[in-house]
Amino acid sequence: MKTILVIGNGMVGYKFCEKFVAQATASEFKLTVFGEEPRPAYDRVHLSEYFGDQDAERLSMAPRSWYEENGVELITNERVTDIHRANKTITTISDATYSYDYLVLATGSSAFVPPIPGVEKEGVFVYRTIEDLDATLAYAAKLKAEGGTKKAAILGGGLLGLEAGKAILDMDLEAAVVEFAPRLMPRQLDGDASKVLQGKLEDLGIDILLNKGTQQIVGEGAISGMDFGNGDVLDVGMLLVSAGIRPRDELAKTCGLEVGTRGGIVVTNDMKTSDEAIFAIGECALLNQMIYGLVAPGYDMAGVAVAQIMEEEAMMPTAIDMSTKLKLSGIDVASFGDALNEKSEGESIVYENKFQGIYKKIIVSNDGKSLLGGILVGDASDYNMLHQIYLNGMAIPENPEDLILGSRGGESASMGSVLDLPDAAVVCSCESITKGQICCKVEEGIDNLKDLAADTKATTGCGGCKPMVTDILNESLKASGKVVKETICEHFDYSRQELFDLITMKGYTSYDEVLDGHGKGNGCEICKPALASLFASIYNETANKQEVIQDSNDRFLANIQRNGTYSVVPRVAGGEITPKQLIAIGEIAAKYDLYTKITGGQRIDMFGARLDELPKIWKDLIEEGFESGHAYGKSLRTVKSCVGSTWCRYGMDESVSFAIEVENRYKGIRSPHKFKGGVSGCIRECAEARCKDFGMIAVDGGWNLYVAGNGGANPKHAELLAEQIDNETVVKYIDRFLMYYIKTALPLQRTAAWLDKLEGGIEYLKDVVINDSLGICEDLDKEMAGLINTYKCEWKEAIENIEIQNRYSHFVNSDEIDKNLNFVPLREQKMPELWEA
Amino acid sequence: MSAILEKYFTTEVDNVKVWFKAAPVAKFPENGGACVKYKDKQIAVFNFTREGKWYACQNLCPHKMEMVLSRGMIGDDCGTPKVACPLHKKTFSLDSGENLNGDLDAIAVYPVKIEDGFVFLGFAE
Repeated sequence: MKTILVIGNGMVGYKFCEKFVAQATASEFKLTVFGEEPRPAYDRVHLSEYFGDQDAERLSMAPRSWYEENGVELITNERVTDIHRANKTITTISDATYSYDYLVLATGSSAFVPPIPGVEKEGVFVYRTIEDLDATLAYAAKLKAEGGTKKAAILGGGLLGLEAGKAILDMDLEAAVVEFAPRLMPRQLDGDASKVLQGKLEDLGIDILLNKGTQQIVGEGAISGMDFGNGDVLDVGMLLVSAGIRPRDELAKTCGLEVGTRGGIVVTNDMKTSDEAIFAIGECALLNQMIYGLVAPGYDMAGVAVAQIMEEEAMMPTAIDMSTKLKLSGIDVASFGDALNEKSEGESIVYENKFQGIYKKIIVSNDGKSLLGGILVGDASDYNMLHQIYLNGMAIPENPEDLILGSRGGESASMGSVLDLPDAAVVCSCESITKGQICCKVEEGIDNLKDLAADTKATTGCGGCKPMVTDILNESLKASGKVVKETICEHFDYSRQELFDLITMKGYTSYDEVLDGHGKGNGCEICKPALASLFASIYNETANKQEVIQDSNDRFLANIQRNGTYSVVPRVAGGEITPKQLIAIGEIAAKYDLYTKITGGQRIDMFGARLDELPKIWKDLIEEGFESGHAYGKSLRTVKSCVGSTWCRYGMDESVSFAIEVENRYKGIRSPHKFKGGVSGCIRECAEARCKDFGMIAVDGGWNLYVAGNGGANPKHAELLAEQIDNETVVKYIDRFLMYYIKTALPLQRTAAWLDKLEGGIEYLKDVVINDSLGICEDLDKEMAGLINTYKCEWKEAIENIEIQNRYSHFVNSDEIDKNLNFVPLREQKMPELWEA
Repeated sequence: MSAILEKYFTTEVDNVKVWFKAAPVAKFPENGGACVKYKDKQIAVFNFTREGKWYACQNLCPHKMEMVLSRGMIGDDCGTPKVACPLHKKTFSLDSGENLNGDLDAIAVYPVKIEDGFVFLGFAE
């Protein structure tokens, strides 16, 4: 049995293991992997997501058990210190010795830290490992706690640096990106593309400083600023260095392997170093005098090394694709082929739209027949197709500008269909999956992306190919006669939006009519509430009308709790409540022995009401002037407010008055999911308006309106829709935003997820809501007015109708109460008995 | 807790000893359910109007032992009539009582007959 040692357990080192264990002859080898980091390989490409959730597990390439199950010995936290080529052994930091037949160096790279005086100061970090990120997060928290400067800089305007910029912003710090070159992403973008990107990043609140050479890091002990010379100093409390990478070639150097003059272990295109028994792959390898800092070529190198060890034919291609597409804070940026026309083999065609922040450029060969490269900023939806045309040398339209402008006037689409791609076209470059392989899988019966990904691993690397893989999957399914749709469940072959249109056009008024006309079977707990929500959104009917299709809570207009009792929440618009109302709530809660608690939405929740008590409690509440709070519905919950300028010495406007107005405006409106609002009277943002589906913050000259945020499991800040607008305009835009969301979202999709999926994102939404780009605003306004004008309190309706009240008895044949309910004391109140484990 | 569960076991029509006259048909919402008390048992009864059928099962959801199934939504899973618990949407076949989306124990189901506008439930005791 031969022994392979792999030094380095990063993405490429892991990929080597994965490709190795897939080989039939793998059992003839013993594979041992050394990692110097404490945890097994993780996905460094998506490292910035770690700032969002600090979930290292999620980034993991494979759990430790994977290595065990596949017979791979993984030794982490163990740095290899020496290679002894003469007797084919290595030694580690703990003085252990291992011998090898083949050695694979997958040592990767380290962050390059320029030798600027003062760079060793506290508060200067690199951006490379999870440990780096933890240290950065801890320091950011410390900065905020100390209340000093909240500005952090990023040194380097490359793609990693720009991602770091957004991460800094998400930590609630101010971000400034400092770049030495005259443009951002200098290796991928030209000057004009950089300017468009810069404008978009500045809109997000990231400062961009170009042409800045940092002379010195200033500060006593800890960083307090960056000195660019000539008295030009930027005050910062933290610095993230993202100024490029340096190959980790120190092991190779000390054992006498050939390395490049500027670093990197020299390899030939069979991935062998100057020693036949030693391979180098990934970012530590110098191939064609180049370090390839992308994951896809690294994975290819791993494949070549595995094949070489197995004595199979495999070489790296002479031309390696360095195309990239990424989303920087929601901004599309892509660059492919000879994007900068460095080879001067073609001419460029440029489209630039400064209004929308879109820049597209393609390089077309001098004979006008092939695509050599291109740049896309602001809208990269055509990237995958353009990239494929470039890679496969496919024919381009007679008027090449159609590729970026679309076909104008002609019948045919300028780019054709994904099915026109050659079968050999590599669609997922991380996993080297071709279009032909995907089509084959569809023929074998795979009909969804999840199964396809599990089977082929396509889309599981960087994920950039997802749209194209989805297109190929869907188009192949369609071509083979299968229907592809986001249908809501097995009973309806329609999407929510299609059902919305069907109900409106045909004037259906009941669930059964729609099911009989357009569905099959008898429905289920998915389509029933989804249609109930549609009926409510279209006709503003209350949940009392078709009670058996309502979800658990809507059916009885209350929130079902752990033991099957309910909680009751009256509306307290804007969180404003009189002492008299407080007393009334207190007396009613005491009368029915309810557990009371203040909710997160500034109102009062009363728990422990039996089903049969609900109408009685509501009768009492309505007598005191309360109305339903719709805490049980997929509908407006609350509009939270701070106290605002009526009392607060900092207040810029009357946040409470506005919150009450808006809450009363949208109360009772059913939507695909619950939605919440917030109004803050100044930028201190005490109402946390940016965590809401819509939020207003008073500023000098009006309100800033933010939309599509939420707290909860996946917190997301709302995005700026419009600035410094008056009350009337705020309301107009929210009307349209909500109505557009209500009409087009998927069932149970909140506004943030909806906006995330909306092609074109917030900019597109601005166009629709503010500029009426779809010409639908008049309709949206009318539909929203229809809902607002037909509001009624459904609890009032319930207690005035004996038939509805009869639904609230626990037994149909007895007035007895449910004796199964048991409560236990909790502080001064009560709670349901605990569940058995 | 399991003592409550032991009160309920699936009853076949052939083993019915008592047909309990529960309530008039009109007391049960169309395509919905309501709860019937029989001795110390709680039985969820569903008026499956779309198929012209009636179903009965224990009101107790075996997941968290709460008396709530009668308040659940009904429907079908590839043709099998089912109820979804209002607490965590565990679904059970109304034919066999089997848990359709998990591996909970099956719930007990009971025969139902309609006579003279009344709903009768069949019990073996």
